[in-house]
Amino acid sequence: MKRVRWSHFFASLAIGLWMVLLAGSSFAAEEAKAPEPAKAEAPAAAPVAAAQPAPKLPSYFTGTSDDPKKPPAWPDPTGAASGVWATPAGDAKGDIPEKLSMQDLYDRMAHNLYSINYVWALVAGFLVMFMQAGFMLVETGLCRAKNASHTAAMNLMIYPLGCLAFWVYGFAIGWGNWWNGPVPPGWYPSLGPGLSVLNEGWGLGAAVDAAGKATGAFTYGLIGLKGWFLSGAVGDTGVMVLFFFMMVFMDTTATIPTGAMAERWAWKNYCLFGLWIALPYCLYGNWVWGGGWLAQGGINWGLGHGAVDFAGSGVVHSMGGIIALAGAMVLGPRIGKFDAQGRPNAMPGHDVPMVALGTFILAFGWFGFNPGSTLAGTDLRISYVVVNTMLAGIVGALATMVTLMLKGLKPDTTMMCNGMLAGLVAITAPCAFVDPWAAAVIGLVAGWLVVEAVFFWERRGIDDPVGAISVHGVNGLWGVISVGIFATGQYGAGWNGVVRDEMVKVYGSDGVRGLLYGDLSQFFMQLIDAGTVAIFGFVMAYVWFKISDVITPIRVSKEVEIEGLDGPEMGVLGYPDFQLHPSGMGITMVGESAVASKTAERQGAKVVVEQN
Amino acid sequence: MKMVEAIVKPFKLDEVKEALTKAGVQGMTVEEVKGFGRQKGHTELYRGAEYSVDFLPKVKIQILVPDDKAAKVVEVITASAKTGKIGDGKIFVTPVDEVIRIRTGEKGEDAI
Repeated sequence: MKRVRWSHFFASLAIGLWMVLLAGSSFAAEEAKAPEPAKAEAPAAAPVAAAQPAPKLPSYFTGTSDDPKKPPAWPDPTGAASGVWATPAGDAKGDIPEKLSMQDLYDRMAHNLYSINYVWALVAGFLVMFMQAGFMLVETGLCRAKNASHTAAMNLMIYPLGCLAFWVYGFAIGWGNWWNGPVPPGWYPSLGPGLSVLNEGWGLGAAVDAAGKATGAFTYGLIGLKGWFLSGAVGDTGVMVLFFFMMVFMDTTATIPTGAMAERWAWKNYCLFGLWIALPYCLYGNWVWGGGWLAQGGINWGLGHGAVDFAGSGVVHSMGGIIALAGAMVLGPRIGKFDAQGRPNAMPGHDVPMVALGTFILAFGWFGFNPGSTLAGTDLRISYVVVNTMLAGIVGALATMVTLMLKGLKPDTTMMCNGMLAGLVAITAPCAFVDPWAAAVIGLVAGWLVVEAVFFWERRGIDDPVGAISVHGVNGLWGVISVGIFATGQYGAGWNGVVRDEMVKVYGSDGVRGLLYGDLSQFFMQLIDAGTVAIFGFVMAYVWFKISDVITPIRVSKEVEIEGLDGPEMGVLGYPDFQLHPSGMGITMVGESAVASKTAERQGAKVVVEQN
Repeated sequence: MKMVEAIVKPFKLDEVKEALTKAGVQGMTVEEVKGFGRQKGHTELYRGAEYSVDFLPKVKIQILVPDDKAAKVVEVITASAKTGKIGDGKIFVTPVDEVIRIRTGEKGEDAI
C-alpha cells in the first residue's frame, strides 16, 4: 500500500511544475500592471532554465542516499520551517520568481508534492478514525438494552487503549524497518524521504552490501525495532503521518472483537486486551505492510508480487475477525443463546436504526480507508479505488437481501447492514487492482457469504451478537484471496519490489495480476497470506485469551450477565429512565419454553432487572 | 361505582376515546400493556434464529363510572373497538369500594 509507481512520480512532477509555473505567471500578471516594466523576465523562467546546465535532482527528492544508515538531506524534517523551507527565510530570495534557481523550483515542487500526499493521508485517516463511531453504533444497537452502556464503553475506550499500545510499542514492531522493505527501482516514498529513519528491524538472512556491511534489510523480515514511543530518531513529519494513519487502521481491528464478545466480556480483561491487540496486529502488519516476509514472498519465492493487501482485508479485517472468533470461543455463548438441544435462539438487538446509522458511518469512513491507503493524493488510482469500494458495498447489501429472500426469509435489516459491510471488507484488499465489474462480483460473493457464515457459526454454537466474525473474518479472507483472482495487472507495477522481465515482455509492465489475468502464482501467494493470518491470528488470540483469563476472569458472573453489564460493570445504565426488559419479556425464545430451568432463569432475570 | 377496564388494539385507542368522550365520559387512564389471549403470538426470524412474539402490544383503558352508566360505557367501547378480527381484546367490569379526589377530599360519586 505504500508503493507509488514511478509513472505517478512523473505525473506528480508535472503537477508540481505546473503549479510553480502558474504561481510564476500570476506574479507576472501582477507585475504587468505595475508601471515598472520588469515583466519580461518573469514568464521566461522556463527558457532561462533551459539555458542553464541541467541541475542535479536533489537526493531528498529521489530518496536515494550513499549511506543507507544516514537518511538523505531532508530540508525540513520537523516542519519547523513553517512550510517555507523551499525558499528559506533569510536567503534574500523570498518568493520572487526571477530569483529562484532551478534547484529552488525542485524544492518547491517536492514540497507541494509531499504536501498533497500529507493532506490526503491525514484527511483519509480522519475518516477512518470516525469509523470508530460507526462501530460503536452498530455493536451497541445489536446488543440488548441492558448492555448498551457497556458495549458503547468498550468501543469508546478501545481507541485510547489501542492507541496507547500502538504508540508505546506497536508502531515500532510494525513499521520500524519500513524503509528496508522491498521496493521497485525508481520508487520514491510518497510521504517524503524522512521515512528513511524507519530502518531498524530483525529477521532471518541479514542482507549485506558490496562492502560486506549489513544494510538493515533481511531476506525474511520478521519485526521492526525502531520508533518506541515515537521518540528520538524517528522525529519526522512523514513518520507522524504514517503513524497516525496506521494507528487509526489498527483501531478498526481492535474494535471488531468487542462486537463478537459483547454482552459478557469482563471489563478488566477487556482492558488488558486493548493493550495487547497491537502485538498480533503489528507483527502481521509488519509482514505484509512493513516489508516483512509475506511482502517478500514475490522476491524470495517468485510468487506474484508477494502478499498484496491494498488497504487491509487481511491485515485489518481478517485479523480482527479471527481474534473475534477466538474470543467468542473462549468466552462461550451468552446465557440463553442456545437451548438444551443446541438450537440457536434469537436475542434481538435493541436499536436497529442505530445499527443502520453506524453502517452508513462505516461506509462513509471506508472512503478514507481504501483510497487513503495510497498514502498519496497524487496517486490518481484513488478514483478507481473509490468506485470499486462503493460498488462492492452496495452489491454486498443487495446480495444479502436477495440471498435472504431466496431462502424464503424476510430481508432482516441488521443482516443487510452486515451485507454492506461484508462487501466493503472484501473489496478492501483488491480495491486498487480490479475493474469495477470485478468489484461488483466480489461484493456479490461477500453478500452471500456473510449470510451463510452467520448461519454457519450459529449452527456451530459460536455466539457472535453482531456478526463480526462473518463480516470481518470470513470476508476479510475472501478479500485477500480475491486479489489473486481478479487483479488486472493494470496497477501495482513493481509492487513489493517485484519486476519480472517475462511479465514486462508479455504485458508491457508487471502489475499485480490475478489468475484470471495470467498470474497463478499471485493467487497462491494470496492463499499463503490468508492462511497465515487465519492461523497466526487465531493461535495468538486463543492463547492470549486463555492466559488473560488467568490474570483476570474473561467472563462476568452469571448474575451480572443476567442483570445486564451496564450497572455492575460500568455503574452507568445505558437507558436509566426506562424500565428495561430482558428479551424474555415480550419475546420468548422458541424451544426454550420447554426447558423449565431456562424459563425460571429468565423469570428470575426479569425480577432482577425490574428491581433496578 | 364500577371500574371498566378495556384491553383494546393500540390503533383503536383514538376511536374509543372519541366515542367515550361523546358519550359523556370525562376522564380515563391509559396504559401500554402486553399480553396474549386465545390467538397467541407469532414467530419471527432474527439473523437466522427463530423467536416467537408471545406477548402482543395492547392498550388498557381504565374508566371509573357510576353504576348506572357502566352498561352504556361498555356498549360504546365494544362498538368503537371492534374490528371483528381475532385479538380485539376484552372488557372487565369490577365494583369499586371507594373513590377519593386527592385535591379536595371528596368521596364517592362526587369524586368521579
